[in-house]
Amino acid sequence: MEEKGFGTEELIVNMGPQHPSTHGVLRLLLTLDGEKVVDCEVIIGYLHRGVEKLAENRDYKQNIILTDRLDYLASMTNNLAYVQAVEKLMDVKVPERAEYIRVTVAELQRIASHLVWLGTHAMDIGAMTVFLYCFREREEILNLFEMLCGARLTYNYMRIGGVSCDLPDDFAGKAYKFVEKFPKLIDEYEVLLTKNRIWLDRTVGVGVISGEDGIDLGLSGPNIRGSGVEWDVRKAEPYSIYDRFNFQIPVGEKGDTYDRYLVRMEEMRQSNNIVKQALEQLPEGEIMAKVPRIIKPPKGEVYHSIEAPKGELGFYIVSDGTSTSPYRLKIRPPSFVNLESFKKMIKGHLVADVIAIIGTLDIVLGEVDR
Amino acid sequence: MAGLCAGHCKKLVMEENGLVKSLRERFPDAILEVTALRDLKSEITIRVKKDSILDICACLKKEFKFNLLSDLCGVHYPDKDEKFEVVYHLFSIETKERVRLKAGLREGEKVKSVTSVWGTADWHEREAFDLLGIGFEDHPNLKRILLPDDWEGHPLRKDYPYRSKDAEPEKTP
Amino acid sequence: MEGIVRDVIIALIKIAIVLGGVALGVAYSTYLERKVAGWIQVRFGPMRVGPHGLLQPIADGLKLFIKEDIMPRQADKLIFYLSPVICLVPAFAVLAVIPWGPDFYITDLNIGLLYIFAVASLGIFGIVMAGWASNSKYPMLGGLRSAAQMVSYEVSLGLSVIGALIFAESLSMVGIVEKQMTTGVWFVFLQPVGFVIYFICGLAETNRLPFDLPEAEQELVAGFHTEYSAMKFAFFFLAEYTNMIVVSSIATTVFLGGWGSPFAFLGIEFPRSLGIVKSVLDFGMPIFWFLLKVFLLMFFMIWVRWTFPRYRYDQLMNIGWKVLLPFAILNIIFSGLEFTLYEELDWYLFYPLAWLIMGVMVVFGFRLIKNFDQFSYSKMREEGIE
Repeated sequence: MEEKGFGTEELIVNMGPQHPSTHGVLRLLLTLDGEKVVDCEVIIGYLHRGVEKLAENRDYKQNIILTDRLDYLASMTNNLAYVQAVEKLMDVKVPERAEYIRVTVAELQRIASHLVWLGTHAMDIGAMTVFLYCFREREEILNLFEMLCGARLTYNYMRIGGVSCDLPDDFAGKAYKFVEKFPKLIDEYEVLLTKNRIWLDRTVGVGVISGEDGIDLGLSGPNIRGSGVEWDVRKAEPYSIYDRFNFQIPVGEKGDTYDRYLVRMEEMRQSNNIVKQALEQLPEGEIMAKVPRIIKPPKGEVYHSIEAPKGELGFYIVSDGTSTSPYRLKIRPPSFVNLESFKKMIKGHLVADVIAIIGTLDIVLGEVDR
Repeated sequence: MAGLCAGHCKKLVMEENGLVKSLRERFPDAILEVTALRDLKSEITIRVKKDSILDICACLKKEFKFNLLSDLCGVHYPDKDEKFEVVYHLFSIETKERVRLKAGLREGEKVKSVTSVWGTADWHEREAFDLLGIGFEDHPNLKRILLPDDWEGHPLRKDYPYRSKDAEPEKTP
Repeated sequence: MEGIVRDVIIALIKIAIVLGGVALGVAYSTYLERKVAGWIQVRFGPMRVGPHGLLQPIADGLKLFIKEDIMPRQADKLIFYLSPVICLVPAFAVLAVIPWGPDFYITDLNIGLLYIFAVASLGIFGIVMAGWASNSKYPMLGGLRSAAQMVSYEVSLGLSVIGALIFAESLSMVGIVEKQMTTGVWFVFLQPVGFVIYFICGLAETNRLPFDLPEAEQELVAGFHTEYSAMKFAFFFLAEYTNMIVVSSIATTVFLGGWGSPFAFLGIEFPRSLGIVKSVLDFGMPIFWFLLKVFLLMFFMIWVRWTFPRYRYDQLMNIGWKVLLPFAILNIIFSGLEFTLYEELDWYLFYPLAWLIMGVMVVFGFRLIKNFDQFSYSKMREEGIE
């Protein structure tokens, strides 16, 4: 570089692992030119607990609690992905009622997870009040889950072949009440943000990624739908009983932070709709299929993925046919893969956009680092 | 009886599948084995030679529209001749099909990186390198991702101790 | 000789009352902030210390006072110590000329407003020095941001009150209020655009959301005062809230009729028969009105803070230079015209005409600033110009 007058040099800032808006222990090594991000290195692994190694030494049932701790904001969907993978491997047919319960809680979980995303994303950009509004509603969902299984964060609710316990008597009524009033509350958040000039300035055109690049980088979930790719595992490969419900997949156009915001907002409405339908159709009956007490799947391998709130959550299980624990359990965490595209999104943006983009990617470090 | 039918169906899924047929035509030598889980169309596994993995992946992406690499991981089989397997899970957003590719490796062998085909393979391959010690040729930035840079050993290998008390006592310098 | 001693003693008493009052006011404005935030966010806010948490600010002050004072090893010690003081002193110095009531101010400088702008802008040095002296990257970024921000917004802030000054024909704070009392009209009705610009710039000058970039918690982890703790941190905190009071007080004085009652046009006076009560009321009511207006403005600032997201750095600069500055200049031109009309016309002709011209000016202004858009950072990035 040719020096004219005063010499300038780039500033290297270490953002994280302890930083209020890296959503956990993400560490970013930013090279700044003034306020502009010239280069960025994403460093992960501060929360690595070796879940995959642990899983190889515990039996199939015990592994359900490990999945709780991946994306700790959406334990239900993690449970669901894992137990469905094992069921697919063992060819277990799950009873109707259990399927409906699973869909109900999975969609409630999606709403809860999106609420945390909205609250933290808005707070990162400076709108602090939205955060508390979101947590107010999330609290109600957590109360419902507490009624259901006694836990508020790590539920360990699903079982291979069904669910651990039936719905309490007043669950359906309370859940229905929540579902009835929730759309109005989403409108309330939207009043604060959607048409807000500052919110628009901060999100429109920030972190743009095209659909093609997104697919190349493995983006999934609301992030890829924000770029206009209509792909939702619930529609593309309907697992459980998702083919019975009537819902739309919202897609964005430009693939910027604002489109992803709109997609997630609409997704909450659609999930709400699914919960409503599931509660209305809820049949009576068994909640557990007949599965052997000791789970020992046949030799083989399976990959099963579902649409978790953050994207495609997949479990690849290899069974050797003789052991009660998986020979290999590989988790395909959506956050891990989504985070990969961060580097592409941030190039040329300003420091303040870093946090906007972390927020829009909706990562949970428990899942990234496993 | 049910088992018989399942076996029959399984064979049907594998042999009648258009994808497998055309792949066999394109790469007659590279395809070693095709298996499936029951009669599930999405659970077809194609075992290929490790040297041709890059060509097959590029072909699958270009001609069969497998535009998304869902997952890439390694598995360790200490008892087999080919000690490592690299498993690729491909998905096509257009046709909604899934296919699984596998390549076997002997100890110390390397496989060609598919980062040039799918950008997302970057971190996946780094993870496989980190946790299993599988080498990838032509990877732009192959270093540890989840564990610290100075970590010794690869935890997901079967001979890596599960409990700390099974491990060698740490040497104090 | 005796006269001088008496004057000094009276001045000292006044200073003590004002400083004490403001310090208490600052403490309780933090309480106000937290209570209003709680109210907006469907929660309670402080509730534990004293009834409804009323003693919370005192507990906070005590805590900050006895906390360990941490000094980063690599910091520039002298400047690190000095900067909180440099931040706080101008904020308090400005209080000298603020007229709380017709008979209650420390001094009436004939260049009062000029003095305020001159002294208040010194506070920025404290922030820049704090950012630099901490020898840490986030504070440095915060310090640089605030330097750029304050310099940009000071310009519009100064220009926005000129319109009002044309009508006041005085720089003395007391003079400005008295002018509004005698003409019977608050300058906010003559200068709405000026008031809006002033208030927005005031938000920026006090580093409050949506312009709190120097201390953005989420990106710069508190910005320039990241490394400060205990009393030194409290000084920054004190300075910020004092500035809030100062900005609101100036707005009250210049635009909202100062200590004047909003019901002054009714012409009600306290009857003579009340005796001493009347003199107390005559002294107290103006102060009450002044403080009420200040309170309302501060409430509005808090309301804004808990509602809006934060601007980005380049957008902040855009607003400062490409929106507020053109409008402030247009407003001066308009004010000259308006003043001529004000002298010539009767009120029923003047107001419709003035407001009409102002409407035209605002529309024209928005057309004008649209042309500046092509120089914006996001536009340039879209077109690939570095």
